[in-house]
Amino acid sequence: MKYITEFRDGQQARHIAANIAAEVRPGTAYNFMEFCGGHTHAISRYGIADMLPPNVRMIHGPGCPVCVLPIGRVDLAISLALDRGVILCTYGDTMRVPASDGLSLIKAKARGADIRMVYSASDALKLAEQHPEREVVFFAIGFETTTPPTALVLRDAKARGVANFSVLCCHVLTPAAITHILASAEARQIGSIPIDGFIGPAHVSIVIGSQPYVHFAQTYRKPVVITGFEPLDVMQGILMLVRQVNSGRAEVENEFSRVVTATGNQAAQKIMAEVFELRESFEWRGLGQVPTSALKIRPEFAAWDAERKFDLHYASVPDHKQCECGAILRGVKRPADCKLFGTVCTPESPMGSCMVSNEGACAAHYSYGRFRAVAESDSAQVATQKIAK
Amino acid sequence: MCLALPARVVELLPNLRAVVDLGGVRKEVSIDLVDDAQVEDYVIIHVGYAIGKIDPDEAQRTLALFAELSEAQNTLQPLQHLGEVL
Repeated sequence: MKYITEFRDGQQARHIAANIAAEVRPGTAYNFMEFCGGHTHAISRYGIADMLPPNVRMIHGPGCPVCVLPIGRVDLAISLALDRGVILCTYGDTMRVPASDGLSLIKAKARGADIRMVYSASDALKLAEQHPEREVVFFAIGFETTTPPTALVLRDAKARGVANFSVLCCHVLTPAAITHILASAEARQIGSIPIDGFIGPAHVSIVIGSQPYVHFAQTYRKPVVITGFEPLDVMQGILMLVRQVNSGRAEVENEFSRVVTATGNQAAQKIMAEVFELRESFEWRGLGQVPTSALKIRPEFAAWDAERKFDLHYASVPDHKQCECGAILRGVKRPADCKLFGTVCTPESPMGSCMVSNEGACAAHYSYGRFRAVAESDSAQVATQKIAK
Repeated sequence: MCLALPARVVELLPNLRAVVDLGGVRKEVSIDLVDDAQVEDYVIIHVGYAIGKIDPDEAQRTLALFAELSEAQNTLQPLQHLGEVL
């Protein structure tokens, strides 16, 4: 397929890997965070980690909307479906996110709640128009990619006067989260890992452009390379970061220039600004309360805001005690560091959110990396045994 | 979640909708956010909406970038030639 196949060429990947190997300086550590779950998935799926020199380490960031969705928000959606009898529409990704009382949306559905997976926000609005006798709520999650479609659906619902439709808005913002990781005092307390650069979001940047990253590249002196989701894009993005580190630069560069511009998609930004405004604060799983990091529906659209319509109040719920999702989302721990990983917590039966979506750090490591980790620890053991002998 | 795929616009429909082709699979999507999309353009499709348009020249430039030699290899190359001469 055009614009996919040529960006997955194995020979070309080895060529870029050779470039990276030739340019990294021995003795220098290159710790790069890929913010997006899409990159985490690509790095695991295509074995990119195996093609990098040992001093280049990729740290998985919190850019998986399913992973950062706090339990309390899923609880609100479940209560709407179970107790208020609404038709709850959701993207498939959220169905298995663990919530309170051992529930998830899929388990609530098994208990009789009317929960429907939709491909698009517009399908939810269509459903509301087909069932005027029922309340239909769209559980809207995601970063700046899914936000413009939600905005368009709210605009259309208002224009067409669809009174039985509303949106439970959980949209979050990327630049706020990256700034939080760099700035948060809490991260410093926990002993945040040194990050030498960021692989910047691909599709989020189509919408917001490359400009929003300039501020923190300058303020925090961290290079950012906006990078596509295909494996060659990721390799090239890493090479560009290595070059920035080597030359002491901290700039925003754009590897994904075939779709990302400096100013982004203006039409998308306009409709988002019309329908949404900033929330003062929003709780992220793993990051806690992050100021001005999420969106809420403007008062002009109050009639379609599920939080107002059903008088919903958010309550924070702590994660499972032994779940390390929080530290993993901040890049402080790796999936294999969690006691639950691969034992009680698996993609079939996730305990923590990082195991739910295939973009989550734990699910990606479980699917593509856990045997490599076992092989590495086995060979390390053999080596120690040999020394002992 | 943010996964999106490039698809070719094959037909423009009323109300800012279009039919796109993705490796032989055809689907109707909204072009509300990319309202200047034309037939034969490649657009990025995400949850039923085109969110961006691919610039074919930039795509070529990026592919050319992949093929470039590294900065280190560039400086090594003249020496290799020298070796051949000697």
